[in-house]
Amino acid sequence: MTTQVPHPAPPRPTPAQVRPAPAQHDSATAGEPMSGAAAVVRALEEVGTEVIFGIPGGAVLPVYDPLFDSSMRHILVRHEQGAGHAATGYAAATGKVGVCMATSGPGATNLVTPLADAHMDSVPLVAITGQVAKSMIGTDAFQEADIVGITMPVTKHSFLVTDPAEIPARIAEAFHIASTGRPGPVLVDIAKSAMQTETRFVWPTEPDIPGYRPITKPHIKQVREAARLLATSRKPVLYVGGGVIRADAAAQLRALTDLSGAPVVTTLMARGALPDSHPQHVGMPGMHGAVSAVAALQKADLIVALGARFDDRVTGRLDSFAPNATVVHADIDPAEIGKNRVADVPIVGDLREVLADLATELKREHAQHGLPDLQGWWALLDDLRERYPLGWTPTADGLLAPQHVISRLGELAGPDAIYAAGVGQHQMWAAQFIRYEKPRTWLNSGGLGTMGYSIPAAMGAKVGMPDTEVWAVDGDGCFQMTNQELATCALEDIPIKVALINNSSLGMVRQWQTLFYGERYSNTDLNTGHETRRIPDFVKLAEAYGCVGLRCESSKDVDETIKKAREIDDRPVVVDFTVSRDAMVWPMVAAGVSNDEIQYARDITPDFDRDE
Amino acid sequence: MTRHTLSVLVENKPGVLTRVAALFARRAFNIHSLAVGPTEHPDISRITVVVDVDENPLEQVTKQLNKLVNVLKIVELTPQASVQRELLLVKVRADDASRTAVLQVVELFRAHVVDVVPDAVTIEATGGEDKLTALLTALEPYGIREIVQSGAVAIGRGPRSMTDRALERIARSA
Repeated sequence: MTTQVPHPAPPRPTPAQVRPAPAQHDSATAGEPMSGAAAVVRALEEVGTEVIFGIPGGAVLPVYDPLFDSSMRHILVRHEQGAGHAATGYAAATGKVGVCMATSGPGATNLVTPLADAHMDSVPLVAITGQVAKSMIGTDAFQEADIVGITMPVTKHSFLVTDPAEIPARIAEAFHIASTGRPGPVLVDIAKSAMQTETRFVWPTEPDIPGYRPITKPHIKQVREAARLLATSRKPVLYVGGGVIRADAAAQLRALTDLSGAPVVTTLMARGALPDSHPQHVGMPGMHGAVSAVAALQKADLIVALGARFDDRVTGRLDSFAPNATVVHADIDPAEIGKNRVADVPIVGDLREVLADLATELKREHAQHGLPDLQGWWALLDDLRERYPLGWTPTADGLLAPQHVISRLGELAGPDAIYAAGVGQHQMWAAQFIRYEKPRTWLNSGGLGTMGYSIPAAMGAKVGMPDTEVWAVDGDGCFQMTNQELATCALEDIPIKVALINNSSLGMVRQWQTLFYGERYSNTDLNTGHETRRIPDFVKLAEAYGCVGLRCESSKDVDETIKKAREIDDRPVVVDFTVSRDAMVWPMVAAGVSNDEIQYARDITPDFDRDE
Repeated sequence: MTRHTLSVLVENKPGVLTRVAALFARRAFNIHSLAVGPTEHPDISRITVVVDVDENPLEQVTKQLNKLVNVLKIVELTPQASVQRELLLVKVRADDASRTAVLQVVELFRAHVVDVVPDAVTIEATGGEDKLTALLTALEPYGIREIVQSGAVAIGRGPRSMTDRALERIARSA
């Protein structure tokens, strides 16, 4: 663990899970004298940290000295928000705990957005922040901010550490809390005085957290009832959320899918949980979901929700959502069950166990009742799939169709690549038109909707999965929020690829202005596209950051440009795809209306019941 | 909306009250009263919180509270199955002419006088909300000068202790 490696150490992550270290470390390390700062580094090594994204500053400076000699890789980012999202991207791609580090005050407050983001999307994250000296806390000292107080509503838990002897235990607990139960971000705020004081490093044998006991084993009676419903209902649907991916339960989901014969929808957070090529996969539900997926939920007589949280972007108007459905709701977090929609059969547990148990019980039910007749249900959904496939219309201005670019990217880079999107139209198109076959290949900011997520998240994913092709699918608006991390990518040898879907505007906002604000385009023009002043010129910007910059403006060049970008592996590549700004995301359920009123294209609402 | 009393056992650590109070604010739940104090165990504090909330949101607030890492146990105490008390200190104008009448009210409500000066008395009373409201109504005509009131504290009736199992947990992990 403490092997001295020349700094910076090359990143070669192993698949080892990040878990609080087992007891054998205890006897070897009991009571070793060191500074609090060295204890921070040592504790991070003990939990198996491979990489830290961060920026030093006054209050965290003591930690950066022993860190200089550590085998852990530290990646110096350009903005703390980048550190937070990079740790998130790393965690989402690998399943390990992401770690970021910042100094007190502004360093720490710059982490607020990524913490909130990770909290909404249940990402295991540990943030270490420096705090002013214990004697200075509360005096409005230089670079003092009450970061524990500020982040309380957006973290799973947080600690303020002023006693150096507590450092190992608090860091062990932080990793335990972040990675178990429903994953989430944990902040450890450490006073500079604690870092600078000599202490003895005692590693806890197991975390001592009496108020924290996640339930992982599902109640078998509830599972049986769910299996009975699944075996006997005529219009069941598996409503799969991001929890299946966080729980690494894709294999178990696949088994249950095959066994049940039921249609499956994967939410924005769950893309890749079941292969898109699976015949029972009827698409992504929600505001910009496929008609077949929205109908599958809306017309179901049984919804089996698996690690999903009935988000408003999925349900539309809640009181008209799936009016005839009985609801089975399985989640590791009891507070999600019944929060938005009453659950008839609540199941609390780890989805890997829930899905495995459910399959076992379903077999038993099938043996007793025979296989359910889902023919009529499939006829309805197949008809909708056929009549309302995802698609797009050609652009009227002769510029590239963004959907075409993203669709070709998905075809050429394939299902083994990782795609990290920003937030907005390009995110929805990337969710719709790239075919995902594996979990952890689609990263995005689903809950918080954080513009600027893509570049640092792709950077983190590439660090965690260095041998995988990683694409940031970003918009021109999002890109300008965090593109400074291209410097980090270029200098730290993190060759990500960026597909910039440049429509020269805040596209999703513009779409709403087109639809709901009488085409009054208030403050959505960014001047980065075709026949604009091109400020900035993204190709020049890429080059200034030591990346390769490519531009593509015509559909005949799309494949060639993507191929060219894929061949470059020694530097980051930014491809500026100049696309039409008038392209819109369809289908769409407008905010606050019923899913029954989904529009396939502008003013075209399908009739779900035509063939019923 | 109906009134519910929750007893929340928490670890006696800095910032716990902030976490509990912030959670109520964040989830838009309305706190009617809140009282915090030590228990028979030095590592555990007890928060009694009275909320005005419907049945369904109450379940949600309980679940959200349970997710707080420092929260050990939550029990809802119904009026029938528990004893609930608030403490009231009230300063009433009382001169030679009115003092006797004020003291009669004090007697009637089994309250106590804790401070007397020539033109005022300070009265201490404990009880449920109804009793304290009635006392204040009775004192009103004499001139109430200052009121301070605690949040409700509550304890379940019968021999069982809420802290038992929470204590076992602490002992196990110690």
